[in-house]
Amino acid sequence: MRDFLIKLSKIERRYIYLALFLALTLPLIFPPNFPQKMSPTVKSVFEFIDTLPPGSHVLLSADYDASVLPEVDPMYRAVLKHCILRGVIPIGMTLYPQGAVLALDAFKEAEEYLGARRDTDYVFLGYQAGYQAVILGIGENIRSVFPKDYFGTPIDSIPAMRGVKNYKDIALVISFSGSSIPITWVIYAYSKYHQKVAAAVTAVSAADFYPYIQTGQFVGMLAGMKGAAEYEYTVGKIMKDNGIEKLPPAKAVKGMDANSIGHILIMLFIIIGNLGYFATKRRK
Amino acid sequence: MLQRRIPLVIVFITGVLMSIQYFIPHPISQSAYNIALMWFRGVSSMAYAIAVISFVRHHSRRLKQPQNRFYSAVALLAFLFMCIVGFGFGIEEGTIFYKMYLNVQVPLQATTFSLLAFYMASAAYRAFRVKGFEATLLLITAFIVMFGVTTIGNYIPFIPRLTEWLMAVPNLASKRGILIGVGLGMISTSLKIILGIERNWLGG
Amino acid sequence: MHISTDPWVWVAAILTLAIFTFLYKDNPLFKFAEHLFVGVATGYGLVIIYFNAFKPNLYQPLFVEHNLLYIIPFFFGILYFSAAIPKFSYMMRWPIALLLGIGSGLSIPLSFQTYIVEHTKSTILRFPYPNTVLFINALILFIGVLTVLIYFYFSYPHKGAIGTISRIGIIFIMIGFGASFGYTVMARFSLLVGRIQFLLGQWLGIHTVM
Repeated sequence: MRDFLIKLSKIERRYIYLALFLALTLPLIFPPNFPQKMSPTVKSVFEFIDTLPPGSHVLLSADYDASVLPEVDPMYRAVLKHCILRGVIPIGMTLYPQGAVLALDAFKEAEEYLGARRDTDYVFLGYQAGYQAVILGIGENIRSVFPKDYFGTPIDSIPAMRGVKNYKDIALVISFSGSSIPITWVIYAYSKYHQKVAAAVTAVSAADFYPYIQTGQFVGMLAGMKGAAEYEYTVGKIMKDNGIEKLPPAKAVKGMDANSIGHILIMLFIIIGNLGYFATKRRK
Repeated sequence: MLQRRIPLVIVFITGVLMSIQYFIPHPISQSAYNIALMWFRGVSSMAYAIAVISFVRHHSRRLKQPQNRFYSAVALLAFLFMCIVGFGFGIEEGTIFYKMYLNVQVPLQATTFSLLAFYMASAAYRAFRVKGFEATLLLITAFIVMFGVTTIGNYIPFIPRLTEWLMAVPNLASKRGILIGVGLGMISTSLKIILGIERNWLGG
Repeated sequence: MHISTDPWVWVAAILTLAIFTFLYKDNPLFKFAEHLFVGVATGYGLVIIYFNAFKPNLYQPLFVEHNLLYIIPFFFGILYFSAAIPKFSYMMRWPIALLLGIGSGLSIPLSFQTYIVEHTKSTILRFPYPNTVLFINALILFIGVLTVLIYFYFSYPHKGAIGTISRIGIIFIMIGFGASFGYTVMARFSLLVGRIQFLLGQWLGIHTVM
């Protein structure tokens, strides 16, 4: 038994890779359909948007790139659809060049599934350089930072931007990011202009951002694929309740099924590895 | 003097002005603030030039090496292609630029980072050893959180609440201690840069 | 199962598999994909920054609207190109200095507010508490933050009372790292799950996947 455990703890890495691949693939092909329950931090963001009066503006900053796509992109798409379903006007922008096309693709999906119209139901401003100057500049006058939208249309001629000058006219800023950009929003938008900020981040950053929720610097937080799945699941239900038959792909919901099985596998790996380690120690 | 003194003077003047501007609500201070933000965005929009120049020089040099010639040619041609389709045909939905980003850059970047999952699994199997009290505590917390963040954890009665408590109290305390330290470090580094004590950013 | 007929999906799938070949070992297919990525990413960045940032922020106000205030940022921006001429590449430091100075100056008071004031305010015990549970949580938080800060103070030897307090700090730090590890596992697996969803769902057309 001891020798077996020692041998098992020294297994070739390619077998580990294969086991991981199977553990993540099989639940996708044969989905267990675990239910999704909204956690408190996600609920805070959801309820904030859900209770906004129609016509309010929410700034969705797509500060992420393809390296965190499976976690953050579903969040962006779900929150965007939630805003449109509630009559809230999402203003898309990004502080990362790579976020521009990703956010644009999300808006195109909203057009396809919800019939959202550009410049009336949503605005997409695109990318701007210089994080601090952009965040601070929006606090003074958004037109000084974005004189035109992504498509070259002057902001003043966009109906959805009527009455929006600075943070006083924006109900919430949500920073979707794989790094510490949400903190930059807190430093410059929250601390100086008392703008409400929420974070939608990867799981790697989520553990570090809990202090900001407790201080109230973040209204709430969507953390990793789990946060995305919870939000996506709830927005899917709202879409069904609104009689929308054709639903967008629920990537995060399905992904979390696979993720859950993968976690069990990792825990097994750690236990087996340690059993082998203790067996080796005993032998010595 | 041109190489080091002028940049240090620029940093000092702009740093001091922007720091004290925060405390002066006068309209002239506010105008200076808006002009500074405008200049910041303008200069930032040209900063990418360094990246492009560095990229082109690096791969042009590698074109002379037989073993790297093909790959550097691929990099340079891909760069040229994106510039031509982007500047020539636009960046809106449906353009070649848009499709190239979504079907070339996104899969390549996403897949490169997805390799981390394999390495992490391998590292957890081979390197995560319970060698003392601290490591055991780390492992137990990790297991509770891993159960808690997955949907399977919802089936175990106390796991969701325990996970939420772990994140909202002891984890929060630890992270807050670290971030207060980080904040103090950031402020002192900013001051050192403005005062010219910290000069690593000047390079060689 | 309906395999995709979109050529772009096939391009994405082949490139995805090319990167995955690295798991076996480094090979020419992976190197090709890697260099393709670098080239496409650099070109993409240049185009987006030109249209979204440079043109509205500098080109339009200076050369179309003739706003002379923009001459100074344009002059500093041009200095970035000195990187191409080794003899004058030191001038690259001037625009970096401008951004660093403005950025550092802006961040000092606001960082102090964000990192120190708000977090200290939220750590301090404020009586009365509505119930015992909230008080105990607040007390644990207070002790945790204090002990972690003392642990990271390395200018004083960790002996005696300070040593004991540091040990308590380590306990909190280990819990924090354990929590981070748990979340990191989910993050890394999510990245792989995303790629598998693309290959099985969009490429091979297995509808249960998305």
